[in-house]
Amino acid sequence: MIAPTWVQLVFLACGVCFILALKGLSGPKTARNGNLIGAAGAVIAVAVPFFYKPDGVDHLHHVPLILAAIAIGTAGGVYGARKVQMTQMPQMVALFNGVGGGAAALVALLELHEHGDLFDWFPLAATAFTIVVGSVSFAGSVITFAKLQELMTSRPVVFPGLPVIFGGSFIAAAVLSVMLVNQPHLWIGVVLALLGLVVGVLLVMPVGGADVPIVISLLNAFTGLTVAAGGYVLSNTVLLIGGTLVGASGTFLTLLMANAMGRSVANILFGALKGGSTLGGGEASDRPVKSAGPEDVAIMLNYAERIIIVPGYGLAVAQAQHSLRELVDVLSERGAKVDYAIHPVAGRMPGHMNVLLAEAQVPYEQLKEMDEINGDFKDADVVLVVGANDVVNPAAKTTPGAPIYGMPILNADEAKQVVFLKRSMRPGFAGIENELLFEPNTTLLFGDAKDTMSKLLNAVKAL
Amino acid sequence: MSVSVVWLTFFVLSVFVGIEVISKVSSTLHTPLMSGANAIHGIILLGAVLVTGTTDNTFALIVGLIAIVLASVNMVGGFVVTDRMLQMFVRKKPKADAATQTPGDTK
Repeated sequence: MIAPTWVQLVFLACGVCFILALKGLSGPKTARNGNLIGAAGAVIAVAVPFFYKPDGVDHLHHVPLILAAIAIGTAGGVYGARKVQMTQMPQMVALFNGVGGGAAALVALLELHEHGDLFDWFPLAATAFTIVVGSVSFAGSVITFAKLQELMTSRPVVFPGLPVIFGGSFIAAAVLSVMLVNQPHLWIGVVLALLGLVVGVLLVMPVGGADVPIVISLLNAFTGLTVAAGGYVLSNTVLLIGGTLVGASGTFLTLLMANAMGRSVANILFGALKGGSTLGGGEASDRPVKSAGPEDVAIMLNYAERIIIVPGYGLAVAQAQHSLRELVDVLSERGAKVDYAIHPVAGRMPGHMNVLLAEAQVPYEQLKEMDEINGDFKDADVVLVVGANDVVNPAAKTTPGAPIYGMPILNADEAKQVVFLKRSMRPGFAGIENELLFEPNTTLLFGDAKDTMSKLLNAVKAL
Repeated sequence: MSVSVVWLTFFVLSVFVGIEVISKVSSTLHTPLMSGANAIHGIILLGAVLVTGTTDNTFALIVGLIAIVLASVNMVGGFVVTDRMLQMFVRKKPKADAATQTPGDTK
């Protein structure tokens, strides 16, 4: 089962590439090179089996078919990665992660089919793990994709009996895994894969839209672990090392992200099952609000000395970030101090908003992280909230039981004036109403963000 | 000395390295880091190639080829999309670099 020494050494080098890749990706200056080193390691590792005799065969069979399959996958991957809008990045990552998990499950099923009867109990347990968790990752990622792409509701989906079905599938998967270890039959593996799909769907359904990024990160870590287990089954060091690195760093990253949102991972996954969030009505309210036209807001901005912009996902969807930057440039030239307050989960994933604003060429130093700017809101004359909602919702501080309760928010409510650019009174991604909209010092400017932003820009220029 | 223990050693050491190397990441880079890690587990492609290339069963061959397509999407797409994201962070001196960047290229 053991490959020649030179192959082992190449795999070792590839494993080191992956470590350097992760190290590089965690610093802004080294990130791009890190990614390229990882890609180089992966490509070299995949090329290796074409140049030696894998165990049991005198040469690699079906080479033309394999190369064709790689070409198809590569074309699909490159096309998707090139075409995707920056706003849709999170669901793209989810999809890539899902197909990886699916591939790992298929590889484990094949290995069970080919060599299952030769395996000891521990490799069989690893095979069962890969099949189940790979399927969970695949199905879960497809559901997160559907939620983010708004192919289905982004609100938590809970139905009576869900915990029972979930628990039942989970226990059934555990029992079947034990059976598989005793008798390595392919049909048990197939049933395990199906159960994994069910568990994956049920795991993600109850998660609310705003928490989906955390789940993507968690599923990413899951896929890493399945690849590691697959590496053990195939006695392949580079799969084991690469998979384990992703599993460990992915788990840690998930915890970091959950911390940034002030939530625990258990609460994100299972919070909705407890039925605690009764506030997530999702209905548009008909309570009175104060709305104004672009000209009124232009005057307000023109005489403000300290302005803070709170950008949200709505801004990016409407592609209004370029007009926004222009508006900020004009206001800055007239002497106002303007900064962007970036909530850690602004956009759909941590760091997503920085990518979107960088795309619009907003200077790096105007982007302020939450901790850095939260003290400044009380001195701000105007806070302009563009396409954001949940990240300034005071319910996170004041209303226990709200789905976002406990999430650190931007203190926009402390500013002298707050202006919301909104398309409608529809609640934010978390599906809860924002009390800040009804405060007396809040003004609403309704309309499509891009359209309104250019009207606002013209009105400010005309003053 | 059991071979399993050697594998366990690889596993445990990799866990620590995996946590250690990303422990100082800033929240700005969470998204690209997740995406890059996602691409790395696309290395399952190697496993898919090995399994597919050593079988002579037609059904297994078909399943293996599907796994290869899926894994290549994960690996190649993952690295390309991460690189696209990171292109936007390579602007430490905003004015100078902004001028050299061709507008519309990133959309």
